[in-house]
Amino acid sequence: MPEYRASDALPSDLFDIVVIGSGVVGCAMARRFTLEGANVLVIEKSADMLDGASKANSAILHTGFDAPPPGSQEHGCLLEGYREYREIHARLNLPLLECGALVMAWNEAEAERLDELLQNARRNGVDSARLIGAVEVRAREPGVSASVVAALEIPGESVIDPWSAPFAYLLQALENGASLVRACELVGGGFDGEEWTLETSRGRLRARQVINCAGLYGDRVDRMLIGASDFEIRPRKGQFVVFDKSARGLLKSILLPVPTEITKGVVVCPTIFGNLLVGPTAEEQDSRNDASVDAAQLHALIERGKEILPALRQHAVTAAYAGIRPASEHKDYRIRWYPQQNYCCVGGIRSTGLSAALGIAALVYRQYLDRGNRHRPPADPCWPRVSWIAEAGPRDWQQPGNGGIVCHCELVTRREIRQALDGPLAPGSLSGLKRRTRAGMGRCQGFYCSAEICELTEGRISPQLAVEAT
Amino acid sequence: MNSRQCRVAVIGAGPSGLALASELAARGISGVLLLEREADAGGIPRHCGHSPFGLREFHRPMTGPGYARRLVATALRQGVELRSGAAVTQIGPGRRLTLSTTDGVETLSAEKIILCTGNRETPRSARLVSGSRPLGILNTGALQALVYLKRRLPFRRPIIVGSELVSFSALLTCRHAGIRPVAMIDSEAEVAAWRGAAILPLLLGTRLLLNTSLQAIHGGERVEAATLLSRDGRSRQLDCDGIIFSGRFVSESSLVRSSHLRLDDAGGGPLIDQFGRCSDPDYYACGNMLHPVDTAGWCWAEGRATAASVAASLDGRLPLAERSLAIEAGSSEIRYFTPQLLALPRSDGSALPAPPHRQLQIRMQQDAAGRLSLRDGERVLASREIRARRERRVLLPLPSIESLRQCRSVTLDFEPA
Repeated sequence: MPEYRASDALPSDLFDIVVIGSGVVGCAMARRFTLEGANVLVIEKSADMLDGASKANSAILHTGFDAPPPGSQEHGCLLEGYREYREIHARLNLPLLECGALVMAWNEAEAERLDELLQNARRNGVDSARLIGAVEVRAREPGVSASVVAALEIPGESVIDPWSAPFAYLLQALENGASLVRACELVGGGFDGEEWTLETSRGRLRARQVINCAGLYGDRVDRMLIGASDFEIRPRKGQFVVFDKSARGLLKSILLPVPTEITKGVVVCPTIFGNLLVGPTAEEQDSRNDASVDAAQLHALIERGKEILPALRQHAVTAAYAGIRPASEHKDYRIRWYPQQNYCCVGGIRSTGLSAALGIAALVYRQYLDRGNRHRPPADPCWPRVSWIAEAGPRDWQQPGNGGIVCHCELVTRREIRQALDGPLAPGSLSGLKRRTRAGMGRCQGFYCSAEICELTEGRISPQLAVEAT
Repeated sequence: MNSRQCRVAVIGAGPSGLALASELAARGISGVLLLEREADAGGIPRHCGHSPFGLREFHRPMTGPGYARRLVATALRQGVELRSGAAVTQIGPGRRLTLSTTDGVETLSAEKIILCTGNRETPRSARLVSGSRPLGILNTGALQALVYLKRRLPFRRPIIVGSELVSFSALLTCRHAGIRPVAMIDSEAEVAAWRGAAILPLLLGTRLLLNTSLQAIHGGERVEAATLLSRDGRSRQLDCDGIIFSGRFVSESSLVRSSHLRLDDAGGGPLIDQFGRCSDPDYYACGNMLHPVDTAGWCWAEGRATAASVAASLDGRLPLAERSLAIEAGSSEIRYFTPQLLALPRSDGSALPAPPHRQLQIRMQQDAAGRLSLRDGERVLASREIRARRERRVLLPLPSIESLRQCRSVTLDFEPA
């Protein structure tokens, strides 16, 4: 049984691995261990996967050109994750927009720093990076402000779908034998030297080994299960503004700022869905779940976006959102096995998690092998193909039998919505449906389709759109 | 891919599209195809379950759905071919468009293509409101579709943001469904709709809070409260379980934005001339996509008038404009106006039919009093004293086409009183 629903009793089986959390790292972890032959169970406290740090990011597949130095966990995982995504995306029907990035220097001081970034890129194995002058920048990106001084071009930086990718990872895990329990929150547990007993809001689970992929709650899960944590989550909020699809033509590449010590700064980039994204802010906060937006910050982002790309003035804002990144007090990831306790913590996976997830999973699996564990991989693993919802490429509205378009802004069909609701890994919430199909994510934000979506999702998601039927 | 042809393709079966298609058919033009992306034709009035609609058209007060049915029946009786569930996804040069139906995509070519895609309200995201993003935040349009078409309640105690006509429509919709709004707020000192409307919330037990803006939305899964900020700087929190963002209509011109047609950045719709022609003269536009927002009756009348010029162009009485001038906005207090282009008289002196747009339709940035004038340099082409409310239509008669013969440049000016 791939997924235990609310009415199902939890399994009493002894799992090889219980993965805590179904953010992008948990999904990639479940996939890697399942494809290697382990019997995996994923538990998720929310009604849907990707409900924490992974639900909001810039969706860039990073090369790692500005990652911490070789030898760091982040660098290794980024390179490996980047490479594996490129290897597997087509088989899983995942999009990849190979648009490249320009690190933009807006003054001489920033231009001087490009050299250092170029050296870093080469040191990090990103050999295609090169410096280009203002004339070439403007020839390639005629829409950018004339005040650009120079840029560092990173051809390999790409844009992906931040939700379909982890969805595909988890789906592949489930279709090859992994299990999932949602709305299942860890409340305690212990290791008796042989096996783990995990106490959850849904009941008791058993595992040989536990991998903590709890993201924003990683340090708390550490403390709950092994009594201590070697890091502390310092939530960092990033707000984003999404511009209308009409703005997409203004820009081909990802525009990155010259980074500071704290953050990569404000990025202007295309999305895989055909919008332009401006963000993020970087705001330290105590709350791990307060992803509220702030009008002043959004206005500031918009102003910055318009300085970089003046023609943005003519375009409307489609959406604004915030994500919370599980940064810690450390610069590097905190990936660590606790051999005495058959426990691994994958913590402090900050803004690069989407790019690095597959690499993180591969690293953790190698460390698992190093500890003497062995499994036999399935002979012929299945490769599910997820729905294509990216802007470029064939979409369901072009195909017969689509049931008609429900969301006109994003061209989402009734069949796509039904398939998402009826299929494996069905959404547990309205946001989950939006992430899987894009319904309601467009410029009208549900002006036209809310009523239809309400009807289609009735009894299928929680909470429901309607509080009452008349 | 299927491909077919028709004489005239009308995109959007709301009041303006229905009126335009009906009038073309009534004038004996066959091959009028009306494309509607929703399952049912009728546009926004389909889900305005309250009166009054139809006074101008049918001389009696009707509910929105009754009015929509009547318009559809009229179009069908006149011989209009109506295809609902047909969403146009792309328009392009050469009078061709792409549409999606449940059978997939097809292309369509037509001698004339008319855009009647209407408007929609500004959602929360584009208003850049602070706070969390729980369930229970929607526009009036979505509320009405939920209440009147699906019989569902998204909340019980919302706050209505805005005091335009549509905001009162939201209030009536709530009343119909047994929803009790806790407040109607507007950042201005007076309601945006007619002043007397202020009595309505009071009669229905809803507080009207003027000089009050929405500062932040709070809530986890659903809306739990809102922080309101009054103009004197005081803020307070009000418990509620929903937010209705009403009004602040914008043109639904997505098709135009991704097409070859020139867009009016101020109004958000396509540029048109007095005949309703777009920058590609095989395309016409009418209705609320040009001037968000006017009543269904106004759009209906504009659809009928525009049909006359489409018909004239089909039978050769409306030749292409040899020259046209773009009207420039001479004051930042003018929000937008339509038409933005003036077709000039033909050099051979041949007569043109009467245009459907004989007045400029103008909206001001905010409440304004003063003099609007249309000038060619020092020469005043038209002028009028106005006292205009924000969001309300202001009209300025356009000079006859013949009188534009010597014009070099035309500016629309506003001088405050």
